[in-house]
Amino acid sequence: MPIARAATRAAVRLGAVALTGALLAACGGASDGASDAAGGKVTLTVDLFGSFGYQEAGLYAEYEKLHPDVTIKQTDTEDEADYWKSLQTRLAGGGGLADVQGIEVGRIASVTQQQADRFQDLRAYGAEKLKGEFAEAKWAAATAKGGEVLGLGTDVGPEALCYRTDLLARAGLPTDREELARTWSTWDGYLELGKRYKEKAPAGSAWIDSVGSLYSIMIGQEEERYYDASGTLIWDTNPALRTAWDTAVEAAQSGLSAKLDQWSPQWNQAFAAGSFATIPCPAWMLGYIKGQAGDAGEGKWDIAALPGGAGNWGGSYLAVPKAAEHKEEAYELIAWLTAPEQQAKLFRTQGNFPSATGAIDQVADAKDPYFSNAPIGRIFGEAAKAAPVQVLGVHDQNVAQQITNALGEVERKGTDPAKAWANAEKGVANTLG
Amino acid sequence: MTLTAPARPAPRGDAPPQRRRTARRAWQTVSPYAYIAPFFTLFAAFGLFPLLYTAFVSLYRVELQTPGEMEWRGLGNYTALFGDAFFWTSLRNTFTIGVLSTVPQLVMALGLAHLLNYRLRGRTFLRTAMLLPYATSVAAATLVFAQLFGRDFGLVNYVLGLVGIDPVDWQTGTVASQVAVSTIVVWRWTGYNALIYLAGMQSIPRELYEAAEMDGASRWRQFLHVTLPGLRPTIVFTVVVSTIGATQLFGEPLLFEGSVSGGISHQYQTLGLYLYEQGWGFFHLGRAAAIAWVMFLLIVVLVGTNAALAHRRTRKEARP
Repeated sequence: MPIARAATRAAVRLGAVALTGALLAACGGASDGASDAAGGKVTLTVDLFGSFGYQEAGLYAEYEKLHPDVTIKQTDTEDEADYWKSLQTRLAGGGGLADVQGIEVGRIASVTQQQADRFQDLRAYGAEKLKGEFAEAKWAAATAKGGEVLGLGTDVGPEALCYRTDLLARAGLPTDREELARTWSTWDGYLELGKRYKEKAPAGSAWIDSVGSLYSIMIGQEEERYYDASGTLIWDTNPALRTAWDTAVEAAQSGLSAKLDQWSPQWNQAFAAGSFATIPCPAWMLGYIKGQAGDAGEGKWDIAALPGGAGNWGGSYLAVPKAAEHKEEAYELIAWLTAPEQQAKLFRTQGNFPSATGAIDQVADAKDPYFSNAPIGRIFGEAAKAAPVQVLGVHDQNVAQQITNALGEVERKGTDPAKAWANAEKGVANTLG
Repeated sequence: MTLTAPARPAPRGDAPPQRRRTARRAWQTVSPYAYIAPFFTLFAAFGLFPLLYTAFVSLYRVELQTPGEMEWRGLGNYTALFGDAFFWTSLRNTFTIGVLSTVPQLVMALGLAHLLNYRLRGRTFLRTAMLLPYATSVAAATLVFAQLFGRDFGLVNYVLGLVGIDPVDWQTGTVASQVAVSTIVVWRWTGYNALIYLAGMQSIPRELYEAAEMDGASRWRQFLHVTLPGLRPTIVFTVVVSTIGATQLFGEPLLFEGSVSGGISHQYQTLGLYLYEQGWGFFHLGRAAAIAWVMFLLIVVLVGTNAALAHRRTRKEARP
């Protein structure tokens, strides 16, 4: 090959220069070494955030048994915000993407509206025939303008309240889940009970983990949160958002909060330490609680229906980037993982509530021994049925972050609520830039 | 190093010697450039090009999610910074954290170097141990310190509690959080600077100390009048390097709470972190690029001022 020989001669002439070039070339060549040497075998990479629970529930192992030539490798980032940042960077660069990427529901609008061209339209592999298996809103949210199906729904986040029966008993409060649900049927009732708890609470224990989580669970009960149906930002004039804000402020000023930052190491430690008696818990939080409170927490927790009606917080999708290496195999994997049987199984072991309608019926009778045998199938099933279909927007997550930061100022620094609200407004303006 | 090798007689071969000699001479002129080329190639690819491209990007409105759609803004990204309260906050934080970390760091390093300069048992071990924090990764150090500074279960608050001080919220308070972040920087860099000072101290001639001792100068006076002046160039060097480091401070504040906004009220957000928040939190690449350039110019000005001051001092003293 004359070109190669010319290159060799030039390399000899230029010595070190060519050495550098060779090193660079070697770097370039190394990145496509992912395809496996053992012929026919495929390694699927799955990149997720938070706790999807597939590994813990043994679903990968089961899939690998069904497909002997597939190996699954999962990476996981705890904080969704960090995950999203790195996903965006890799999407922009077009490299380093996994075959399967998890997408949080708060980001799905950004995917369908801004990045439809970066993700594989799953109709190419026959995803359309799955449409009937999912809750309608869940399916619609991952469908782009042109009808492209960009992700398959994993779970939804019907909301309830988790509480520590032992702590409530020590403060002389009722611990029965039905009685509690009646006492805190409204948010005022919930705060009232919190004040009673505070009077006799065990030392170092507050009523709720943070007012940010109180705000988040309340805003989850609303249909319109940050955007209206036409796609206009309405968060600062939305009366429902203001109510959630005011309630959170009241909880902060009444000293009901343990003042913990959600997803921080301190928050994680507090689960086991009993720093709070109640925590708003979407279904996916059950697995998180089990993980953080550990075996010692078994039987100390219980679950009751949420004050103020049903709501939804979170839930996710699995998507396949266009730049993925094994797109078809990846689609087969996510279709299997999101099929009703697997979703039902995941709910029973990890608590992630199914978005597949077929699975919801399968788990109606589910109980969780960790949570004092609470009928999780019934509690979350009813919440899922009654939860509003939320309007999603591109910047949902960013706006929410600014609001919970501002609430943290009221909670932890005693900032004047009006000033904190102004800070949130400034923060949102800066975010949208 | 001589760049021109002594000319050797041309070997007698079938090729005309004239041509060979010209080739060799040409190679002799070109080769130095070839030798330094690798550095400059890499510098152009990974230093100069990103610098210029950043300047280019800073003139546009670019979003990470839609990098193809660039909208011309001229100097808009820069002028927006002047009215941006978060920018000024982060500039102020960079300065205060810079002072809080650099000053104790260099003073302690000087003291440690002075102690290590004595004949001690296990001197080599102690000197190596000084370098350990520097060899620790930012992430590991910061995560450990974040635990130590925990509000509810942190060791620092536990110890403070033993002497009757109420727990401090090291994450939320402006001063408290900046002190906590600075502590990590001080811990990591003190040993490194101490070793640099130590090297400087060892190049000061012994006779000067002996002469000072003969004149009856105490240890402290020796330190003030022999060690410090002898160390001046070293001190200038460490001040310049630490100033650059402080201006670019990023890893410690980012990982302290894992918050891109540097705490709920931006209370310890540095310029580097604000750049990151704009670019990778909000995906405004144009604005992030503008901040990057402002940081770059700031460092150039700081270092320039520093060099000018040092230069003037030296000239003044050179005069009799």
